[in-house]
Formats: sequence, C-alpha cells, structure tokens
Amino acid sequence: MAEFLSLHDAVARFVEDGATVAMEGFTHLIPFAAGHEVIRQRKRDLTLIRMTPDLVYDQMIGAGCAKKVIFSWGGNPGVGSLHRLRDAVEKGWPHKVEILEHSHAAMACAFEAGATGLPLAVLRGYVGSELPSVNDQIKFIECPFTGERLAAVPSVRPDVSIVHAQKADRAGNVLVEGIIGVQKEAVLAARKSIVTVEEIVDDLRTEPDYHPNACIIPGWAVSAVAVAEKGSLPSYAHGYYPRNNAFYKEWDAIARDRDTFTRWIEENVMNAGGNA
Amino acid sequence: MSLDYTSAEMMSVTAARALENGMTCFVGIGLPSEAANLARLTHAPEVVLIYESGTLQTKPEVLPLSIGDGELCESALTTVSVPEMFRYWLQGGKVSVGFLGTAQIDRFANLNTTLIGDYHDPKVRLPGGGGAPEIATNAGEVFITLKHSKRAFVKDVDFITTLGFGRDGKGRDGVPNIGKGPTRVITDLCVMKPDPETKELVVVSLHPNVTREDVIEATGWEIRFADTLETTPEPSANELEILRELKARTERKHAGE
Repeated sequence: MAEFLSLHDAVARFVEDGATVAMEGFTHLIPFAAGHEVIRQRKRDLTLIRMTPDLVYDQMIGAGCAKKVIFSWGGNPGVGSLHRLRDAVEKGWPHKVEILEHSHAAMACAFEAGATGLPLAVLRGYVGSELPSVNDQIKFIECPFTGERLAAVPSVRPDVSIVHAQKADRAGNVLVEGIIGVQKEAVLAARKSIVTVEEIVDDLRTEPDYHPNACIIPGWAVSAVAVAEKGSLPSYAHGYYPRNNAFYKEWDAIARDRDTFTRWIEENVMNAGGNA
Repeated sequence: MSLDYTSAEMMSVTAARALENGMTCFVGIGLPSEAANLARLTHAPEVVLIYESGTLQTKPEVLPLSIGDGELCESALTTVSVPEMFRYWLQGGKVSVGFLGTAQIDRFANLNTTLIGDYHDPKVRLPGGGGAPEIATNAGEVFITLKHSKRAFVKDVDFITTLGFGRDGKGRDGVPNIGKGPTRVITDLCVMKPDPETKELVVVSLHPNVTREDVIEATGWEIRFADTLETTPEPSANELEILRELKARTERKHAGE
C-alpha cells in the first residue's frame, strides 16, 4: 500500500541522482511542487521523461538537475520557447543536456507499453518523418502477419514516476479527473511512484461524485502519496483551480535571461520552504 | 460592395470554410483551432473537433491557449487518455481531417517544427513534432494553415518533422494504410493544393486584392499557379462578426486569468 509521506521525504527516498524520472500530466495536473522539491534537494544527472517538458522541466533543467531529456513537444504552450531547455541544448548552460525526441503518439504508446510490461511499443508512426535519423531509439519492424512496416520504440520504464492528482483516500487510492494524459500509464510503468494530491479524503467510494468508471489508481499500485496543495500551479487542477496563463507568459521573460532565472529559482523555490 | 477585413481574418474564414458537417477533425493549436471553431460556430455546427489532450467532440466557448486547457475538457463529450486518443481514435482511422499549423513548409508540403539549421547545431530550435507526424499520416487528409512568408515557405524544409509528400513528392507512394496527406494549404494570401501528379503545391485561388506577384514575393521557390486561377470568396459579415466575437471573448478570458 502507498505510504503517506511528506513531499520532502518522498522525493528524498525515491529520487536518486542519476535516476530516470517521468513527471507526467499532459498540460494539466503538472507536478510543479514535486519538481521544485527535486530542485531544492539538488538532485543531479537525471534522465527526465515527459511528453511536454513544459515549465516544470525548464526549471529543473535550468537548475542543473537534468542530464538527458526525452520528450515530444518542447515549447511553452501558446507562448513560445522553453529558454532554459534551449540554452542547455544549444549553449550547454548550466551544463550540456542530451535530448532524445519523439512524436506524441510514440511516447504515449511507449508509456502504455511500459505499463503493460512489454519491452517495446509498436505503432503506425514516423512515416516519412526524419526524426528516426536523429533518434536511434526509433526502429522499424515488419508485422509477422501482414508484412506491414511499423515503427517500434522502447517502452518507457522509469525508475520513478511522479504525478499530481486531485485526491487520494486513506487507503492511498488516487483519483485523477479531467485531462488524464498518461498519468496512470506513467505510474504503472515505473518501478516506484510518487503521487502528490490536493487533498486526502476518507474513502473515494463514498465521495458524492464517485463513479465506477472514474480513473482511479489503486493505493497498492502506488509507492507514496504526498499532499501538495496547489501542487500543479501554474498548471491547473480540474475542479480545484484554473491554469495561471499569465504566469506562463511571464515565464518567457524570466527564463530568457540566466540571471533573472537564477534569481527566480532562489526566491521562489530554494528559499520558499516546502510548498512552492 | 466590400467589407472591411484583415488578411488574417481572410485566412481564418477561408480555413474554416474547408471544414464541413460530417467531418471529424483532429485540431492543432493556434490558427487551426481558431479556424475549426469558427467553422463550428458558423456553417458546420456538427463538425466533430478532437484535440490531442484527449478531448473528444469538444465545443470550447473560448479558444484554448494550450492544447490541454480546462475549457476543452469541460465542453467535451468525453475525455480519454492520451494513448487512447492516438491509438484508438487517430491510428484507428476515426479522424477524417487533421488540421495543422507549422513553422516551415516546403513545395511538397512537408512540415518542419523541429529546427532551423543543422540538427546538431541549430540556428533556431523549435518545439518539435508533438502530435503532427502521426496526425499527418493517420488522418484521412490534412489541411494546413499558416501565414505566408519567404521564411516559412521554403523550397526544401531544413528537417522533415511531418510528412507532406517527401523530398521528391513520392513519400506516400506504396505506403499502405495511411491517409491522402495534405489536400490544401490556406494562407493569408491564397489557397494551394498539391498537383495531382507531382504533388508540388500549386496556387488554385488568390484572396481578393492579392496579386500573383504578392505570392511569388512571399514564396521561397518558383511557385506555380493553376491554369484556372480562382478568386477566394470574401468573408461574410456574419463570419467576421462571429470570428471577432470569438477572439474578443478569448482575449478577455485569458487576460482575466
């Protein structure tokens, strides 16, 4: 069963230097509080997997946590570039970061394959794209039944996955609502998992809006649950708070400059205690 | 009698008119999203809009800033996981039209959203593929919309993120189980379609008050024009009113947050 830990303790216990980490949430429920905790604990040499690195990985990359980033769309949605990701890739600041890029379809399939315990995902993908020429993790195989040429990518099997969700109950069962992305797949694909939640309720099944087909991850499939109120801001939590679009725009100026960025991290993450 | 409208509005209205009731459209963020919702709010109320965040049959009141805005989920018939979205709905053949934007496009309608320059030493690093590589091959056909400029319309893209018709126009030949690919490109100057034989983009319709020279000037290769070149119909007063309301609503919503 999931252990109830503070966010500090969960990250300290499960995120090791050099680990492969997937922090998911497809433009929704992005685990910012957990990302900030990783930065505060100065974790290093992480291989970071996320379909859309978003601001959370931009911050972690700029803070020096990443060795490698595996992604499929690396922008600031509706705004522009992720300047810290670009600076690391193009200029090696704060150090060189290796990238491996996929398409969304391939990464979604790779997370799912990880959850199913298979070594690879097969998809009708990358037809005519030049991505396979720059990513050696994209191969093509022949269907043994029809002979069709299909793309294959290795499944995602993180050492630890971290996701944010609306609620957990006292048994550690987790409810994810709204845009559910690949959160469930990320948790099931990983060796260990941390779920941060807005709140803990007594029993998900007695909640007024409980539904038998709700996206629930059972407590026995999760390693740790940590409460992190507003833990996905400036992204949003369906039913709790909206996306802070203004901050996504402000981030462009903050992240553009190394000093401004470093100051922002000092003030808003390093010196902000356990809840930033 | 001529209405007052901008070239950007002309582009959105023309792009919207490409969609019809009965189509299921996988919508990219930005210009395609604006056009698709304009279509839904005007002549095509039954068009089904799908966004890659998993929102099926969504009817947003305002345009989303990101592909996963809460508005898309709250106004959707249902929201599925991202693997289900790409596997069942897109790869499974349930999408008739993919509607995409791009940073760079070439004469064979290949799209580049990865980088300008050399992959290992980029001049400009762009966000990457996202959903586009598989939308472009698994949707029945593809509409593309973007602003016309020499920087965007190049002879050969620096990198093929997403297949149009390949480096030689034959990129889809003999590939089983994929869609037709790009069938039209809508810009603020004109509408282009691929030549049925060579697959090279050809201007089929010029927007009102746009000349051939304007298009030649804004295109990075020797652009060809169809023998019977049409004039794109102007936006109607109703289309312009609905588009402007949609954009004003969107601006108010995003400014207030």
